[in-house]
Amino acid sequence: MLTTTPNTARPNPGGLPGRPSPARLRPRDVIRVGGAGLRARPLRVFLSALGIAIGIAAMIGVVGISASSQEKLNRQLAALGTNLLTVSPGQTFFGEDSHLPAEAEGMIGQIAPVTSVTATGATGARVYRNDHIGEGQTGGISVLAARLDLPAEVGATVVSGTWLNGATQGLPAVVLGGKAADRLGVVAAGPDQRVWLGGQWFTVVGVLAPVPLAPELDASALVGWPVAEGRLDFDGYPTTVYTRAEEEHVVAVRDVLAATANPENPNEVEVSRPSDALAAKQATDATLNALLLGLGGVALIVGGVGVANTMVISVLERRAEIGLRRSLGATRGQIRSQFLVESLLLSLIGGVGGVLLGIGVTAAYATSQGWPSIVPVWAMAGGVVATLAIGGAAGFYPAVRAARMSPTEALAAP
Amino acid sequence: MSGSGTGTAGGPYIVELSGVDKIYAGGVAALSRAGMSIRYGELVGIIGPSGSGKSTMLNMIGTLDRPTDGTVRIAGHDIAELSDRELSALRAGVIGFVFQHFHLAAGVPSIDNVADGLLYSGVALGERRRRAAETLRRVGLGHRLDHRPHELSGGERQRVAIARAVVGDPLLLLADEPTGNLDSSSGAGVMELLLELHRGGTTVLIITHDRDIAAGLPRRVEMLDGRVVEDSRVGRVSAC
Repeated sequence: MLTTTPNTARPNPGGLPGRPSPARLRPRDVIRVGGAGLRARPLRVFLSALGIAIGIAAMIGVVGISASSQEKLNRQLAALGTNLLTVSPGQTFFGEDSHLPAEAEGMIGQIAPVTSVTATGATGARVYRNDHIGEGQTGGISVLAARLDLPAEVGATVVSGTWLNGATQGLPAVVLGGKAADRLGVVAAGPDQRVWLGGQWFTVVGVLAPVPLAPELDASALVGWPVAEGRLDFDGYPTTVYTRAEEEHVVAVRDVLAATANPENPNEVEVSRPSDALAAKQATDATLNALLLGLGGVALIVGGVGVANTMVISVLERRAEIGLRRSLGATRGQIRSQFLVESLLLSLIGGVGGVLLGIGVTAAYATSQGWPSIVPVWAMAGGVVATLAIGGAAGFYPAVRAARMSPTEALAAP
Repeated sequence: MSGSGTGTAGGPYIVELSGVDKIYAGGVAALSRAGMSIRYGELVGIIGPSGSGKSTMLNMIGTLDRPTDGTVRIAGHDIAELSDRELSALRAGVIGFVFQHFHLAAGVPSIDNVADGLLYSGVALGERRRRAAETLRRVGLGHRLDHRPHELSGGERQRVAIARAVVGDPLLLLADEPTGNLDSSSGAGVMELLLELHRGGTTVLIITHDRDIAAGLPRRVEMLDGRVVEDSRVGRVSAC
């Protein structure tokens, strides 16, 4: 059964032979040898990689959720426009409430880049669910006189009923903001839906959806300008002027608005850009994000320690294998790179798993919030690069120890 | 009983040890003034009780360790002049090892265990596998290519280990107690395989404490307390 191949003409090293030189391992073999140690212990690989994956997933999730929320805001701003400016009366030098001149709207409309102007005016009237409610229980709802073009200017839409029109603006008809409708117990607009407003019954003709650029409208009851002046003793002074300017001139318009609205007392005018307020609200989340990123970083470091621990144990357990490989002709460098590659692969598995997990978390959260899902490419690439750095750092010392091991001692290990 | 390569008077030596001392940390002298030489193609047994220095001798010849003093020449190279990298290359190209405990990778098929014998010679994977299959057939395990070590008997495992040692056609095959973990019939089969390889031209050095096995070898070198005390080729060696 035994067949032998006769060894023909062995090279006869009669003279001094050339110095032996080790062969280089092909990259494919380096990966194969490095991966062999992982294939032999799948459970340990899974658990070590899981530590890294959780850290990376936490960081990707934080970045992804914050990017998704930013993207949602950007889309919202793009839809609403960032060229809306509001003008409202501030206070006089003496601390008294000021009011805008009645001509403020007209004068603002004269500014060249201004494309449209509209306004609301506070009437001072109160609104109640019915005529039995006590005087003080206003629910914080203000009654405003509104121009007919208000919804178009601020991007408001009705969820029920209709907006005021030329006919209803002179009648006891009211459109409620979303919060105001809730507080007054109004579910939907209708001819039988009435509220007690300024000592008389007003019919609710419409209910607004929340208005992101003009959140003050949410807790308001809006009536027509003529009916406010006719029935509610409205003085006719606008309290908030909403104006849109050409996008590239918004800043310039903003600078002249105060002086235009109230030339006599420009210091008594407050000008703001609602889209800036929305963006600023977003920025306040940055601190929380930094905290969460820090936590993700800690998880990542703990994961790295787990990988280092796994590698140290792996080297100790595989002394016999190291000795065998040395006897088969592996150089110290080849042993070192075997364990370094093993550590890198282990971390890489964790890193890729973590990126996928982070994408999943982002997608799930963003979908639940109705946001678009965005995970920046730099975050994914950064996550993978970070795991490689961790794998290199964690595997370096064990790999050097494996390479320094004397072949005879390694072979003597059981 | 002598093989094809032995007995050529004046032929070059593949192993030359002279005045080799090995003193381990703590002052234990494992070898003291040990000397011997082996010609290309010889079949030699190193025998002696445990602690006699046999394994240290094997480590010296296998270039796994360096002597504290004295000269070791393997295939013409003075190993004192070679760097650790060059010694690795020498092991990869010239020397094959067979161990008492086989040292096969668990869960890895025979063919890949054997193919690893060529890994550090820079042979491509396909060619490694092809030659591994050929060598496994040569040692009578052509039907066990895809079996993992735990599916093989002890004798078969040692045959796989021998195949791994010889897949790169080494000039020198070192076997450290190759039958130490085997029952007598498996052990006899493994010995027969080693003799067969020797007949094919490979220089084979077997370390054993089993005198029955040693008795079947054409040349025996006996060791005691770190010295070569008798060499059947040169007669009794006087301690110097």
